[in-house]
Amino acid sequence: MDTTIRINNLTKKFGKVVALDHVSLVIEPGTFLTLLGPSGCGKTTLLRCVAGLEDPDGGEIFIGDKLIFSFEKGISMPPSQRELGLVFQNYALWPHMKVDKNITFALEIQKMPKDEMNKRVKEALKEVQMEGYEDRYPREMSGGQQQRIALARMLAYRPKVFLMDEPLSNLDARLRMDMRSEIKRLHHVAGATTIYVTHDQVEALTMSTTIAIMREGVVQQFDTPDKVYHYPANLFVADFIGNPKVNLLDGEIDGKNLVDLGDFNINVDTYHATGKVVVGVRPEDIVVSTSPTPGAIEFIAYSVLPSGADSTIVARRGDIELTIRVIGISKIKMDEKIWLSFDPQTLNLYNKESGNLIIS
Amino acid sequence: MTNAVIAQTPLSQWLTAGSRRFFRWLTKPQVVLSLIMLVVMFYMVIIPLYKLVETTVTWQLVDASRIEGAVEGELTLYHWTRMMTGIFGKIYTLTPLKHSLTIAIGTVFLAMFIGGSLAWLVVRTDMPGRKLINQLAVLPYIMPSWTLAQAWLVLFKNRTQGGAPGLFEYILGVSPPDWLSYGPVPIIICVALHYYTFFFLFVSAALMSIDSNLEEAGELMGANRWRILRKITLPLVLPALLSGFIMTFSKALGTFGTPNILGSPVRYYVISTMMRGSLAAGDKADAFVLGIMLILFSIVTISLNQKLVGTRRSYETIGGRGFVATASKLRNLKKIIFVIVVIFQLAVVVIPLGLLTYDTFLLRSGDFSFDNLTLQNWVGEPNPLYNDGEPGVLLNPRIWKTAWNSIKLALYTALFSGILGVLLGYAIVKGRGTRLSRLVEQMAYLPYVIPGIALGAVYIAMFSKPLGPLPSLYGTFALLVIVSIADKLPYSSRSGVSAMMQVGHELEEAAQIAGANVWQRFRRVIFPLTSAGFVSGFLLTFITVMRELSLIILLVTRDTQVLASQTMRYVEAGRDQMANIVILILIFITVTGNLIIGRFRGGSLQKGLGTR
Repeated sequence: MDTTIRINNLTKKFGKVVALDHVSLVIEPGTFLTLLGPSGCGKTTLLRCVAGLEDPDGGEIFIGDKLIFSFEKGISMPPSQRELGLVFQNYALWPHMKVDKNITFALEIQKMPKDEMNKRVKEALKEVQMEGYEDRYPREMSGGQQQRIALARMLAYRPKVFLMDEPLSNLDARLRMDMRSEIKRLHHVAGATTIYVTHDQVEALTMSTTIAIMREGVVQQFDTPDKVYHYPANLFVADFIGNPKVNLLDGEIDGKNLVDLGDFNINVDTYHATGKVVVGVRPEDIVVSTSPTPGAIEFIAYSVLPSGADSTIVARRGDIELTIRVIGISKIKMDEKIWLSFDPQTLNLYNKESGNLIIS
Repeated sequence: MTNAVIAQTPLSQWLTAGSRRFFRWLTKPQVVLSLIMLVVMFYMVIIPLYKLVETTVTWQLVDASRIEGAVEGELTLYHWTRMMTGIFGKIYTLTPLKHSLTIAIGTVFLAMFIGGSLAWLVVRTDMPGRKLINQLAVLPYIMPSWTLAQAWLVLFKNRTQGGAPGLFEYILGVSPPDWLSYGPVPIIICVALHYYTFFFLFVSAALMSIDSNLEEAGELMGANRWRILRKITLPLVLPALLSGFIMTFSKALGTFGTPNILGSPVRYYVISTMMRGSLAAGDKADAFVLGIMLILFSIVTISLNQKLVGTRRSYETIGGRGFVATASKLRNLKKIIFVIVVIFQLAVVVIPLGLLTYDTFLLRSGDFSFDNLTLQNWVGEPNPLYNDGEPGVLLNPRIWKTAWNSIKLALYTALFSGILGVLLGYAIVKGRGTRLSRLVEQMAYLPYVIPGIALGAVYIAMFSKPLGPLPSLYGTFALLVIVSIADKLPYSSRSGVSAMMQVGHELEEAAQIAGANVWQRFRRVIFPLTSAGFVSGFLLTFITVMRELSLIILLVTRDTQVLASQTMRYVEAGRDQMANIVILILIFITVTGNLIIGRFRGGSLQKGLGTR
């Protein structure tokens, strides 16, 4: 069955605020799409528009061949007919119903036979590893357990599309880790097209097959996690993705693959651009040496921050400050001289004015 | 963009799309509900207000026979000039207005002092028996507001009005002075002792949410207790005080029972008693001029206060939930204050009720000796020597019917108000941010500024003739229910809104996605989740309607008499013992109802009032 979700020119305004600005996306069947961005970027609005909880002010949405929303044609299918499931940020379990009633609510409305319903409850609870919790009220469970029940409730009526609105943001860090792998597993098994909203870039990078990074109602980049991380489409994405943050250095390129950063120059890959640019380099792509090596540039270790598996080094030279990430606990001492070298392959070049990636 | 679309698409398609969108908007549950509610409220509030004004500026039937050139239905300023100028205006409008304002202002300050200090003692000190005081403090509010007035007369009645003197004179042999027996002083005391509950509840809620670290910080800096109270605590509870002010002021301004009992005998008239007089004399238009004056004054004070509260609203968030409350030590004052508070509680609840009860057993008024005790007033057979041959109250089928009317009125009103409240709450909360939602909210708020007696007057104006699809309702029981529902609209909508806010929109959306239609969503999610709030609201409405007098005094007829209005009939007929029995029955029913309803779902009066 075709569950391609096509979104064309979707626009949504709240008063004067433009929450979605002509958003167009094609989401292939089986995709795990994450909508990622800072708060207020429109990601939740987009999800709610797909769910049918908001009526957009323009554009259209298809699921497969089914037109579920069109402003021009005045069509908006009610949420229940869109065959999708939604997990809410605060779980939205009905507090006055026990777990089994929460799960069977949708099935009862479909007038499913009792045996079949019971079977579905068992299956769904098994899938989220919550067997035996049928008789609990939501308030009698922890946040993590409630979230699993919320997932089970969605799984039980087998929607064609899974929608999740920051489902893990109310959980503590450890639980979040566990649930990430659970949700990724569920998607892998069910294979349903999933749209997942989060502001947590680690969640996005670890779970998705595709990420859409949004800002002020506009999709900045729609790509695989790998591409988003290694080739951010513009300075906003480069800056938003990655922790520690990417190093962005202002400079000028001469058309011969040499960028003048003021104090020193670095070589980049084959670019034929000229003019003012910004060089983006990920902290882990900088090679550190404690002795001079050919082509390396001398810096001072301003601060060294080991954190077990890796260490962060803040290096300074004049006005330039770089963040570097190395594996393991660094032996470098503060105020020591270090030499940094850059691999042209790993550098990204951005047009200073437009902020967009310059393609080599 | 939109223009481009219009240009590209054929007009017919554009029209279908537009009408589809409009239809979809129109069939959204919150929009449907909002529109229905607007129509209902239009009938219940707007049309009556219009009729009220219209009546005052047109010639009435009674004028046509009295005044030359008056043609019924034609515009005139006659009523306004008559009521506002000259000696007539002075007697009928200005003096009563002055009296009403005196009472309202006096009441507010006395109630604020009592309620505020009690709240502070209960929430913020180590005074013993605070739990008990907390429970007792709402009792005067459960009793009808004029209970204290009746008790006052039992105690302080003098011979100015003829008839039997009170207990004071019976024991001391000295007649109490007029200012103590009748007029503004006893009225203010009695009304304030009834309404201090608002201040008590609001201020204790505010005090409970203030982090006492804020006060301790002041203490560490070396401020003494009085200074801390004045400079830190007081500003923080100011919003609560102002809310209490608004509630108490508009209630006291329109109160009828107490001024009628303690004012009218010495011709100390207030607007509400004057209105009743004008209506009794058949001068509807004159009474309505007074009603409009009352509404105007109420609006002016309330909006003034809203301005004040508005600018200070930022205080309300201070502290939040995770507060630390350390009790102020009263040290050696502890016992003295406790005794004072206990005596006070006795004085406002136990003693009045005791006096009233004792009074009901007196065969002849004013003779408090034991050999004058009788059960005649309660269960006596008809005897032409006593009470004009009327049987004892408990044997009188009319009283039973009246009691049943009261219960029916309270139950119907509470039920409909509760349902209306949930629906209004849904319409308002679901549509938050839209103009429609704001309109509904504002309209539901409107009866708030209309004092009860004026609202009653409005309903006479409106329903004395058939209106649209509605028949003439004057004299029917339905009219009493409708006016009571209208009067409670602001409270219903507010409790509905706060109940809906607690439910959270996701819970309904989750049901929506699961495929539930509107009715299923209401039945299985929204009603069950708002039921606790519904019960609290139901309880409060039940109690307040049960003992409501100002609102319905102008509307009751012989067949629709309720207990509250029945007490006034007895008072006005000079049969105080009978009146007091009816008051006791009223209190008994209210307290019983309170207990029964409170068993369900943990609804409580405090909760009902606290959320309002």
